[in-house]
Amino acid sequence: MNGEAHTTGPDISASAPSPVTVDLLLSVNRDRHPTTVDTRETLLDTLRERLGLTGAKKGCDHGQCGACTVLVDGRRVKSCLTLTVTLDDREIVTVEGLAGEDGPHPLQTAFVEHDAFQCGYCTPGQLCSAVGMLAEAAAGWPSAVTPDVGGGTSPDEGTPSGGDVPPGDGIRLDDDEIRERMSGNLCRCGAYVNIVAAITEVAR
Amino acid sequence: MSTTTTPPTTLPAREATPYVGSALDRVEGLEKVTGQARYAFEYSPDDLAYAVPVQATVARGKIRTVDVDAAVKLPGVIAAIWHGNAPRLAPPENAELAVLQSREVAYRGQYVAVVVAETLENAREAARLLRVDYQVEEHDVELRADHPEMYRPERVNPAYPADTEQGEPDAALAEAQVVVDEIYSTPAEHNNPMEPHATVAVWDGDGLTLYDSTQGASSVRDTVAPLFGLPPGNVRVVSPHVGGGFGSKGMPLSPVVLAALAAKHAGRPVKLAVTRQQMFAVTGYRTPTIQRVRLGADTEGRLSVIVHDAFEQSSRIREFAEQTATPTRMMYAAPNRRTTHRLVRLDVPTPSWMRAPGETPGMFALESALDELAVACGVDPVELRVRNEPDADPESGLPFSSRNLVACLREGARRFGWAERDPAPGIRRRDGLLVGTGVAASTYPVYRVPSRATARAEWDGTFSVRIAATDIGTGARTVLTQIAADTLRASPERISVEIGDSALPDASVAGGSMGTASWGTAVVRACEALTEELDRRGGEVPEEGLEVSADTAREVGAKRRFAQHAFGAQFAEVGVDPDTGETRVLRLLGVFAAGRIVNPKTARSQFIGGMTMGLSMALFEESVMDREFGDYLNHDFAQYHIAACADVRDVEAVWIEEDDPHLNPMGAKGIGEIGIVGTAAAVANAVYHATGVRVRDLPIRLDRLVR
Amino acid sequence: MRPFAYLRPADAPSAVTASAERPNTMYLAGGTNLVDLMRLGVVSPEVLVDVSRLSADAVEEGPDGTLTIGAGVRNSDLAADPLVRRRHPMLAQSVLAGASGQIRNMATVGGNLLQRTRCSYFQDVTKPCNKRLPGTGCPAREGDHRNLAILGHSESCVATHPSDMAVALTALGAIVHVRGADGPRTVPMPGLHRLPGDEPERDTVLDPGDLITAVEVPPLPFAARSRYRKVRDRASFAFAVVSVAVALDVADGVVRDCRIALGGVAHVPWRAETAEAALRGSAATEAGFADAVDAELAAARPLPDNAFKVPLARNVLVRTLIDLAEAS
Repeated sequence: MNGEAHTTGPDISASAPSPVTVDLLLSVNRDRHPTTVDTRETLLDTLRERLGLTGAKKGCDHGQCGACTVLVDGRRVKSCLTLTVTLDDREIVTVEGLAGEDGPHPLQTAFVEHDAFQCGYCTPGQLCSAVGMLAEAAAGWPSAVTPDVGGGTSPDEGTPSGGDVPPGDGIRLDDDEIRERMSGNLCRCGAYVNIVAAITEVAR
Repeated sequence: MSTTTTPPTTLPAREATPYVGSALDRVEGLEKVTGQARYAFEYSPDDLAYAVPVQATVARGKIRTVDVDAAVKLPGVIAAIWHGNAPRLAPPENAELAVLQSREVAYRGQYVAVVVAETLENAREAARLLRVDYQVEEHDVELRADHPEMYRPERVNPAYPADTEQGEPDAALAEAQVVVDEIYSTPAEHNNPMEPHATVAVWDGDGLTLYDSTQGASSVRDTVAPLFGLPPGNVRVVSPHVGGGFGSKGMPLSPVVLAALAAKHAGRPVKLAVTRQQMFAVTGYRTPTIQRVRLGADTEGRLSVIVHDAFEQSSRIREFAEQTATPTRMMYAAPNRRTTHRLVRLDVPTPSWMRAPGETPGMFALESALDELAVACGVDPVELRVRNEPDADPESGLPFSSRNLVACLREGARRFGWAERDPAPGIRRRDGLLVGTGVAASTYPVYRVPSRATARAEWDGTFSVRIAATDIGTGARTVLTQIAADTLRASPERISVEIGDSALPDASVAGGSMGTASWGTAVVRACEALTEELDRRGGEVPEEGLEVSADTAREVGAKRRFAQHAFGAQFAEVGVDPDTGETRVLRLLGVFAAGRIVNPKTARSQFIGGMTMGLSMALFEESVMDREFGDYLNHDFAQYHIAACADVRDVEAVWIEEDDPHLNPMGAKGIGEIGIVGTAAAVANAVYHATGVRVRDLPIRLDRLVR
Repeated sequence: MRPFAYLRPADAPSAVTASAERPNTMYLAGGTNLVDLMRLGVVSPEVLVDVSRLSADAVEEGPDGTLTIGAGVRNSDLAADPLVRRRHPMLAQSVLAGASGQIRNMATVGGNLLQRTRCSYFQDVTKPCNKRLPGTGCPAREGDHRNLAILGHSESCVATHPSDMAVALTALGAIVHVRGADGPRTVPMPGLHRLPGDEPERDTVLDPGDLITAVEVPPLPFAARSRYRKVRDRASFAFAVVSVAVALDVADGVVRDCRIALGGVAHVPWRAETAEAALRGSAATEAGFADAVDAELAAARPLPDNAFKVPLARNVLVRTLIDLAEAS
């Protein structure tokens, strides 16, 4: 390669297109926010840079760390991969909205008591993820470590021997289940042991 | 608290309860779990703009042209800055900080330009459209022990001699009954704190405020101010909450300078965050190492000689020489010994501190070699280490002020059930997995550097303690509160500890596991002085409050009469899938001797956190150098794996009581780094015990085990 | 990221029309891969057509036991579905083995099938890649390819397909329902994904503007005894190094039928037809399994740093066959 010229940057043949903005009504933590957003804007950036809700964190901006986890219509999602423009009429809850009128969410209290964080940067994502995860387990959703995903399928008949897989049947959350289900939230301080303990206390 | 309307003129009765040693919850815990704790990028001054940097796409060469036309034509773009139009900086000591000051490209990913725009989206797009043309030069990015440009650095980090030698190591090796002579390697690893490095830079005339994600506000101020020709007093660095650092935020690097420079050029406050991908080039990493360890012993495993040679890399623009072999200088007794460090400067990003630099890769090699010696001699690996315990520091001859490695090994063996261990490798199966156990020792030096603090009594019976310390997740704010509470004999609720701001009294960086020792000493001295002053006044606090300050320069600078190190023993149990080579750590136990433990709750978290990072290092972490292009190519969390929750099962840390009067007023040794030190060797030794395969090159990926 | 317009049509035909009427259009569903790639600059659509709210979000059972899965069904709903879990446990397992809880809540069945490769070079716009920019070369062959293909790759591309779910669907012989400019049609699996050949930029046989509307899983009673086993570097939240989806029907010690697909080994979810043919009617023994698997992997052409995938794939496939046979 010696002596060669090397250029980077895309070819700009046409003039650069202008940003596209959209007006929408966002519902965050039960508050309504009339907002004008760039179509490129992610929920994470809207929350942090436009609405002043900096609880959700940016750790990777590519869906690989979980620090940006929030709840949309009760489900945990990565706000860094969610375009805000898709979210009108959705209910968004961030870590700032977890506490009730009578104090912090039980998970928030348990995280403090079990020292389930150190730097605290992944913590809002861990908490929102845990809230969503507890609801998923209560709804009977299996995980990769749930021993019998088929729900007691009889191998010979190919039909269920132990009855249907009742979707409403909650999964008992042992340590393995919690660890697997919380693996979308990385923690570099290494607080996993205490995170699992805190969630276990609340799940009980 | 008193609700009386007339303020008390004397302090409430002093309390006897010692808070040092009690398991206080983190004082900022509620802020962190409610999303209220504010990190650097979360400060939004009026009129702010967004800065997005552009990175070099060649590993070595010169910038020929920078075409900003397309970028600046985008709506909302305020400025595009490169070496041609960037504000001039005074030449820095660390060439990494001379951002946008020349055409030279020293490594792929180095910052070559920055774009400032009204919105993040437009700034990103403008950065993408900026075109840079390079004169490319041939690059060399491959670390080899036989690289012709290997040289002996003057010193290794922070100020150790590069080489040491005692006795006649070569002759001793020739005569030894049992010899272990192996090469170990550790890959480049990236710190990857969860919070990417970020700065909000605000100029006000000749004044500069930096909301910065740093491990040391005072040091950022002292480094950045002269670059812009400012007295340090003109720069203020604010960092109340920092989302981890592990060394990578320990010394100011290019991003903070780039933010200040962009704000100056644009005439606007700017926010700049390093992306996760960029962190693999511009925020430091642990150098890869190649290490040759030679041990000579008698058939009982008594060492007669230890030789440890380390080979490492640094960048063209800055020498960072890691102290890889330094733990070998003090771990075990042997009359003949040698350690060496050799460095080669390559067209690679500049390595820097990463949690226990030196000790971590060095002890992987040494403690793996010890395990190989135990196997060769047929001696239990715990017993082998006990047999080679030195009476004094082998190199300096100084007595240890305290050294409880043997106690850690014994206690760990008891708790772990080591006595039942059959040393034969590759013979145990449980739940379809090959199972094995391993042990390794840990150590970390006791450092302490000068700091200042003020302590202030208020008329309402409360106290405030101020020091420019940083809490990067260590619990510093909490333990300093406890330390102040005991010195002032007041409950923690009455004390507010203010940290994370360079406007506070100067403090050392949060690194080297020396925060509690360094800052705690200053806090104790300030609180003692305040107590004396209050006593002199009969306990009366004037209405305007009473403030005293302390500076520990003289106390800390006194010559040491002892060798001072923390020690630990790590025990690991692993399960290896015989079909796939997938290795999982089933159990990890660390037993530590680190002086007095100030807060058992946060200390346990730090030990376990270090061990978790060690587990991650053992099994997953590896920054892969792309030889053709010269960058670390797996530059994100999908490709650079760190341990996830599912990887971390049964991890426990305990400690033994250690009363060492020679350390500092708290009697504490550092605990932030020792947890990682022996973990990888313990895991690798357990993998050998499980499978019979000795993995000498980290990480222990499945492809090293699948057959 | 380049600015783009955003449309949200009411139904699939209008989505296809909207796409056909405008240049450089892409469909947005869960966004877990697309938004990622847009931010990396790997793709730069000018128009996003949001198909995430089209009413294709149910799993329905036909009279013959066929399951029809709407393209918009979220991964987590698919894995939790009682019919899917009972009939095709390996399909539920494959979905659960992928990504994380948050991502599974966002990602859809249609989008999952159309994931792009995770090859480092493809994702880095500062480097050449034939898949991203045809004709620029493939640095992976000489560079990092530890986790790339051992089967079916070409001089121009050694990428692997990253989906777990697609591996199970390939084993199950799923049928993909597609709506294009010329109306609806179906594409069988295997058959949706294609080998790279000299056109690595084409991951699938779909044309621009084609929209996946549903995936049909034909009845396969013996798939009630099936398993998805994923080998990965970390215990969770990692792409496969190698994965296998296996359904096995054994009676009286003889293999009556089987379905096998491999993930992490090729540009497509790799249906192991050679092994399947060798196994049908053969004795269900470890030696028989090993012979069949070796026959399949005889076609492997590993690169220097991924040769380990051959014994790895063999071991994990043989082990999964043994485990399923023992469970019967």
